[in-house]
Amino acid sequence: MNFVGILIGGILVNNFIFARFLGLCPFVGISKRVETATGMSMAVIFVMAVASAVTWAVHNLVLVPFRLEYLQTVSFILVIAALVQFVEMVMLKSSPGLYQALGIYLPLITTNCAVLGVALLSIRSNYTFLEAVVNGVAGALGWSLAVILFAGIRERWEITPIPKVMEGFPIALISTGLMAISFFGFQGLFRTLFAR
Amino acid sequence: MRSPLQVLTNGLVKENPAFRLVLGLCPMLAVTTAAENGFWMGMAVIFVLTFSNVFISALSGVIPSKIRIPCYIVVIATFVTIVDLVMHAYLPEMYNILGIFIPLIVVNCVIMARAEAFASKNGLLFAAMDGIGMGLGYTVAIMLIGAIRELLGTGNILLRGVPLFGAAGLGFEPAIVMILPPGAFITLGLVLGVLNTLQQRRLRQRGA
Repeated sequence: MNFVGILIGGILVNNFIFARFLGLCPFVGISKRVETATGMSMAVIFVMAVASAVTWAVHNLVLVPFRLEYLQTVSFILVIAALVQFVEMVMLKSSPGLYQALGIYLPLITTNCAVLGVALLSIRSNYTFLEAVVNGVAGALGWSLAVILFAGIRERWEITPIPKVMEGFPIALISTGLMAISFFGFQGLFRTLFAR
Repeated sequence: MRSPLQVLTNGLVKENPAFRLVLGLCPMLAVTTAAENGFWMGMAVIFVLTFSNVFISALSGVIPSKIRIPCYIVVIATFVTIVDLVMHAYLPEMYNILGIFIPLIVVNCVIMARAEAFASKNGLLFAAMDGIGMGLGYTVAIMLIGAIRELLGTGNILLRGVPLFGAAGLGFEPAIVMILPPGAFITLGLVLGVLNTLQQRRLRQRGA
């Protein structure tokens, strides 16, 4: 129940974009076409799962035993930055095809606040190792769902007459707001499913 | 040559990080359920931005250009940790409200962008002025969004627990959706739209 709860909650109810406001810069930045949004999503899912596991280990095996919790922010961001670099190098050597598809998105992920955000959320919720990884995957899946849906909507703007002053960021934010309202519907679903 | 004062006002109006450059969106939307939250978030950003700008400017001769980004991150993360610990100690309530968005200042694009685009290429005084100016611009923007959302969503604005428009408020039914997440997106979208309209009107008047 707990894993299912974290997974469904992370994807639909506490969606990273619509409820937690994490990872908004790449959300607006790479959602111009469905293909690029999908590519970035794959990279984010991969990095967030690995980053959740590694930051959990860093926190519980290094920072807590040595009473260095105040170094959390510094160590997490460095670990994530190094991890992204490492993933990029491994991918380049082992699977050039995958690197071709995801490579350009990887450097952008370091500044994606969703990655650091999910690591901090897992630590603050006192999750176990597995829960933290599931939380990372769930958050990334929710982010991907949002960005791919949004890219689909965005492709339609090209044939839609939008007032000149609302083009770009303003209309993107208002569309996201409307999507967020529709995602509120899932709160009811979640409550009925897990009420007992 | 620009004067330090021009650098300061640049961040406030002409290159306002939130409204003109549209950077640092996440905290802009997440913590703006009330004007006061915006104020403290803005204070935290001013502190981190000013000190990281000054240090990065001072260290610009020492940091090798190949690994400059990790170096900037360490400098920024240090000041974020200071803010985090100080807020936890002296403003525990605000610390709980702002939650993970205090440590997340590390990945706020405003700070990285200023380090890369301005602080590393300018002297100490200019870097400090830029930090204060950009930070103030960000604070004004985040407080404006917070004030609009709080007013429309609760019918009043609380400043240190005192309602700004009297206990009765302005006498309209508050729209709860404005303090919920969707209201954040819609408010910022409309504010950006209004600012674009104002700018276009000014351009047209100048042309006429």
